[in-house]
Amino acid sequence: MPIPIKDDEIDIVIGALHSDLTTFMDAWRPIFSRFHLIIVKDPDLKEELRIPEGFNLDVYKKLDIDHVVGTSTSIIFSGYSCRYFGYLVSRKKYIVSVDDDCLPAKDNKGFLVDAVAQHITNLTTPATPFFFNTLYDPFTEGADFVRGYPFSLRSGVTCALSCGLWHNLADYDAPTQALKPEERNSRYVDAVLTVPARTLMPISGINIAFNRDAVGPALLPCLRLAGEGKFRWETMEDIWSGMCVKVICDHLGLGVKTGIPYVWRNDRGDAIASLRKEWEGVKMMEDVVPFFQSLRLPQEATTAEDCVVEVANAVNEKLGPKDPMFARAAKAMLDWVKLWKSVGVSSYSPGA
Amino acid sequence: MATVSPTPLLKDELDIVIPTIRNLDFLEMWRPFFQPYHLIIVQDGDPSKTIKVPEGFDYELYNRNDINRVLGPKASCISFKDSACRCFGYMVSKKKYIYTIDDDCFVAKDPSGKDINALEQHIKNLLCPSTPFFFNTLYEPYRDGADFVRGYPFSLREGVPTAVSHGLWLNIPDYDAPTQLVKPLERNTRYVDAIMTIPKGTLFPMCGMNLAFNRELIGPAMYFGLMGDGQPIGRYDDMWAGWCTKVICDHLGLGVKTGLPYIWHSKASNPFVNLQKEYKGIYWQEELIPFFQSVTLPKDCTTVQKCYIEISKQVKAKLGKVDDYFNKLADAMVTWIEAWDELNPSPSGIKPAELPNGATK
Repeated sequence: MPIPIKDDEIDIVIGALHSDLTTFMDAWRPIFSRFHLIIVKDPDLKEELRIPEGFNLDVYKKLDIDHVVGTSTSIIFSGYSCRYFGYLVSRKKYIVSVDDDCLPAKDNKGFLVDAVAQHITNLTTPATPFFFNTLYDPFTEGADFVRGYPFSLRSGVTCALSCGLWHNLADYDAPTQALKPEERNSRYVDAVLTVPARTLMPISGINIAFNRDAVGPALLPCLRLAGEGKFRWETMEDIWSGMCVKVICDHLGLGVKTGIPYVWRNDRGDAIASLRKEWEGVKMMEDVVPFFQSLRLPQEATTAEDCVVEVANAVNEKLGPKDPMFARAAKAMLDWVKLWKSVGVSSYSPGA
Repeated sequence: MATVSPTPLLKDELDIVIPTIRNLDFLEMWRPFFQPYHLIIVQDGDPSKTIKVPEGFDYELYNRNDINRVLGPKASCISFKDSACRCFGYMVSKKKYIYTIDDDCFVAKDPSGKDINALEQHIKNLLCPSTPFFFNTLYEPYRDGADFVRGYPFSLREGVPTAVSHGLWLNIPDYDAPTQLVKPLERNTRYVDAIMTIPKGTLFPMCGMNLAFNRELIGPAMYFGLMGDGQPIGRYDDMWAGWCTKVICDHLGLGVKTGLPYIWHSKASNPFVNLQKEYKGIYWQEELIPFFQSVTLPKDCTTVQKCYIEISKQVKAKLGKVDDYFNKLADAMVTWIEAWDELNPSPSGIKPAELPNGATK
């Protein structure tokens, strides 16, 4: 049974890349309104935010970010990375974060999916990374461990990250979406499962939730493509962050789940136009994946902060020589840990 | 691609292997889907009993006498009074693909109410690549309506050949005896519309109830062990085959998929009987899992047979001390490979003399 969680243990963090959040907030109102929200405005966004009434929220804009971390550091929070500022200043145990172009999805029975409730269920039931259960998450209602599943592995481990999926516009890269411009994801796969230990995957930032106490600093805004833009397929920051988080979770014996909940992602952008920018991100995965697959962290790294430092040093040593982008990412990761230690854990209370 | 080409029937390339001790009435329901194919029936238990095969099916049937006749002293590796005997069917088959199904498994319906052609889905799974090196969050990327997600390296998008397609079950789930005792009424009603590759380096419990594989790629690894009569353990046959198979697939760069298709599993076996069969397995598997997780195969194991013999050596060396059963099992694994190679000589070798044919109608 999931641990009963109080609403005040959860923060919903939204990175605002669009100024008018009215439709977004109104659509999510039935699900979000009981929680505290942190809205972080992309520092590059010029227009004023429009947010409907009736929510318990804190809004952070460029000035606030500058005030907390200094103007030279605030640059790391531009674009999609603005939400990491929300992760930094939150003091809650669980964070749920969705992109501001996503709305609640419907399940296969036509009911609105409560993405927050499902993410919290995922995070508060154990993960099972050491052996694959063919009936997927054994802690789901109506399922269990199958014959042949070792009993010693049935208590599972803490789930630190819950990765949700997307209906309509799936999280494809630009070449894939450009080749299939009409393709929309309509399949509802009614499952959540633990991603096995040492198995890596592309972790999309569009619809995720995590245990901030367990892995907070491991979600990091550190890799920026030279041509990074304001569409997901013009970024790789979340993919980079996700590789770090998975390796760190594997090392610390924490679990990562993937599957439900779904969100509905609005059509946006032009894949063909983005193709020109995205090739760099696509190419980089050829080096990034083998690097992370072979990465082993030392036993002495027992906290998420320690692990980030170890990963950063390995990145600098092994990937840095291949491309200055990686050397910059490594430095950004070390800076991020320092920032987390000063701002992320203090009793700092940011004002408007 | 605008049009989706239909799944090939493969009716001359696939055998359906069915172990049975009761009857084959269930085949009537499968007739629309199975009739084009050749069946290999492995009759367990009393060989003097006649198992009636429904009219219109093309089949060969082997009882215990046939197994003994075909294999001679090597028949000792084939279990008696356990559905593990089905692997004899894999050995005598001459086809490229095998589908095996239990005689209490029926046609399931998908959420729209349509009958599921499980065999067709297995064929689709086997004919399209697997992706064991990096997990795709939208599951099977080659499926209609899906693809590789952002961040999936392009160099890994061709995938590797699929060796195994592991299907699932609606209604009676494949639980072990303790779980059955605690939840006797639980039924699997969740239709999970996904197929996925089990990542490299990850083990899983392979159930033999609804299973297909490429016999040319992985056949010799599908030995279902020593179970049943005269053995200290039962209901771990498919598990054993699955762990060996997965280790070998990981070593040889082959893929294992799980998920669709579903069949409808109708019979809940007696949990007390199951508990007696399984109980040694339940605590032995605590040793077996770490064993399989740490098996490494040397580079010169380039064929399934070589990998399998190597595993049998390691079973003897490391598990023999858990129980003498594993010494016997290791020997049986070697016997199995010898028998396999005798019945399935390599195409490059000289054509062997015709072996005694167990085909009876």
